[in-house]
Amino acid sequence: MIQVFRNPSYRFIENRKWAYLLSAVVLAVCLGSLVAQGLRYDIDFTGGTLVQVRFDTAPSVADVRRGLARTGLGDAVIQEFGEAREFIIRVPLGAASSEEMGKRVEAALAQEPALGKVEVRRVEFVGPQVGRELQQQALYAVLAGLGGILLYIAIRFDIKGGVAAVAAVFHDVVVVLGALSLTHREFSLPVLAGILTIIGYSVNDTIVAYDRLRENRGKGMVKGKTFAQAMNDAVNQTLSRTVLTTVTTFFSA
Amino acid sequence: MPRNLKTRAAIVLIVLVASIWYLYPPKRSISLGLDLQGGIHLVLGVETDKHVASQTDRAAEDFRGALDRRGIAVKSLAREGLRAFTVELASPQSWNDALTVAGEFQTFERGREDQGAGRFTLTMSEREALRLRDDAVRQGLETIRNRVDQFGVAEPTITRQGEDRILIQLPGVQDPERAKALIGKTALLEFKLVNENVDVQAAVQGRVPEDSEVVYQRRVDRETKEERRIPYVVYKRALLTGAELTRADVQADPNSSGNWQVAIEFTPNGTRIFGEITEQNVGRHLAVILDGNLQLAPRINERIPGGKAVITGQYTIDEARDTAIVLRAGALPAPVTILEERTVGPSLGADSIRQGMIAIVASALIVFVFMLVYYRLSGLIADVGLVLNLVILLACMAAFGATLTLPGIAGIALTIGMAVDTNILIFERIREELKVGKTPRSAIDAGFHRALRTIIDTHLTVMVTAAILYNFGTGPVKGFAVSLFVGLAASLFTAYFFTRLLFDVIYMGRRKVEAVSI
Repeated sequence: MIQVFRNPSYRFIENRKWAYLLSAVVLAVCLGSLVAQGLRYDIDFTGGTLVQVRFDTAPSVADVRRGLARTGLGDAVIQEFGEAREFIIRVPLGAASSEEMGKRVEAALAQEPALGKVEVRRVEFVGPQVGRELQQQALYAVLAGLGGILLYIAIRFDIKGGVAAVAAVFHDVVVVLGALSLTHREFSLPVLAGILTIIGYSVNDTIVAYDRLRENRGKGMVKGKTFAQAMNDAVNQTLSRTVLTTVTTFFSA
Repeated sequence: MPRNLKTRAAIVLIVLVASIWYLYPPKRSISLGLDLQGGIHLVLGVETDKHVASQTDRAAEDFRGALDRRGIAVKSLAREGLRAFTVELASPQSWNDALTVAGEFQTFERGREDQGAGRFTLTMSEREALRLRDDAVRQGLETIRNRVDQFGVAEPTITRQGEDRILIQLPGVQDPERAKALIGKTALLEFKLVNENVDVQAAVQGRVPEDSEVVYQRRVDRETKEERRIPYVVYKRALLTGAELTRADVQADPNSSGNWQVAIEFTPNGTRIFGEITEQNVGRHLAVILDGNLQLAPRINERIPGGKAVITGQYTIDEARDTAIVLRAGALPAPVTILEERTVGPSLGADSIRQGMIAIVASALIVFVFMLVYYRLSGLIADVGLVLNLVILLACMAAFGATLTLPGIAGIALTIGMAVDTNILIFERIREELKVGKTPRSAIDAGFHRALRTIIDTHLTVMVTAAILYNFGTGPVKGFAVSLFVGLAASLFTAYFFTRLLFDVIYMGRRKVEAVSI
């Protein structure tokens, strides 16, 4: 039988100060990054135009920018996307009307001699009104998600457990947002969906441990075990499941 | 858990057969989202304000006409805000007559009366304004649907979104710019008389009579691409509009080669009005105005009785064809603006499908092998459950008519993770029970039994977040939420009910079980 942990009996509660320290450091770095450089919102939230183009041969970002400068879009955000000959170009709102942005970009890039043949693969335009609404909706979605989980745990377990679980979820969300901020990645709608899923997973791990704790306590506090020991047992007993699930999910993702 | 193996096996069989029935044939059963098959997604905002304002304008003109017929002279008449207009009579003596006329306008309320000055204001009732706004969106929806049908798009989605928005999804459209132009055009066709008593230059500089306005004719030189704008002064009152059209067809322009024109035909009522206009105004110029742009202003030589006319405007064949479509489908009651647009080329869609499939297959394979190596026979059981889970998930999507999008594929990949989590929970529990010294059968029993509550908890919490995602999300996020939600429901069935069945078949049937392969 293959096993990751054989009779794990890590003293989680006794060593919680180290965990506090680690979490505090990570949180500080993430929050610091969020405050200092903030999140880069994608056009889903800010409004603007996104054009995805593919060239026959891989050009440099500078070539693409030179091409765009022909139509006055030299300050657009240009990013390689997936492969070397595919790029995403983001143009903020107000720079030009969205109507013919795809055509304009295509025409400008086609004129630049350093670039090969160009194909516009995707055009997305989000108006200012919609962007604002999406921003609001995103915030509501996260808050409603947290609220729903808090309510569920408060009913199934108790309110303290709910608050603790939400604190854990909050911690995880801040870490993910911090990672986005540190790596300069855009916060877009799909990322939001990802974060909401993380909320689900994070709370799952908490619930598995809670369930075990309650089951163990239901049997009666075994011979003078303290609450700390009971919690240790619960976490230890669910440890291999939690680690296994996290690893398999990591692979699926 | 019912002990009866046959009943449980029958349930599984029914679900499996139903799933396969829904999934067959696969090409037609699951509709692909725009991000996977290419196409254009538009959210239009209907400017309902403008509809209210134009209806107020129209009522004001009608009011002027009604006063005119009774011989009541008007000093000034002007719209105020969106839904009110103020009239000032030339002489206060006709005050009572004017009030009688105002009484005929039942959707308007009279206010701010000043009998001495002969002035009062008519305001459209709140309810009427609301009705007009709703009308504007509903008619707009209908008109756009008409246009899209005539343009020829397979399986378009055109629905109302919220109060004043229209969502349009056109799968597989190759030329998004043209589709957008076709959909977004107001296509208000108006026939107005040219006011030939005014100096055009003075009017352009702002000295326009109250009953007239300046419109421009755009002429683009084919060679130099230079655009010229020629000003005309026309009377504001439209004598006839596109609402009276029955047909609009494309013809080659006989007078200038390479150009096309649109031949129109009026309804019987339109034919009568057109005949009267042409009869009464021989020698004057009649302006044909489309969306505020003057197309042509020919001189009326004689009465035109047949109700036929042509609109020439240096059109290319595509322009002429699209103009004919929008004229046939009718005008939008109010202009629309594009609030959101997402266009995906067909090649990108195909790439996305391929990459999505690779991602799903790869993640499924890794999980499969891992489960097999780590839990052996039990892992195989979990793997079979996983396959069943995917089949049920896809079948449910086909049955509900849900659309598979790129985020939806991500949702499926995550479902694999969740389903396997359930099995890991159970298997770890069985291992623990075995370690405590339980017999294989009671360990399996206890494992499934004790894990159940946790499994329900974990599924419900994620389903709660999926439901919230669905409610708050827009297009792409919704697709993700749908497949995640359905996948979780399926996973409750396969990872618990179905794998338990297999365990029971394997271990409970025999007299004596030595060990569990876990």
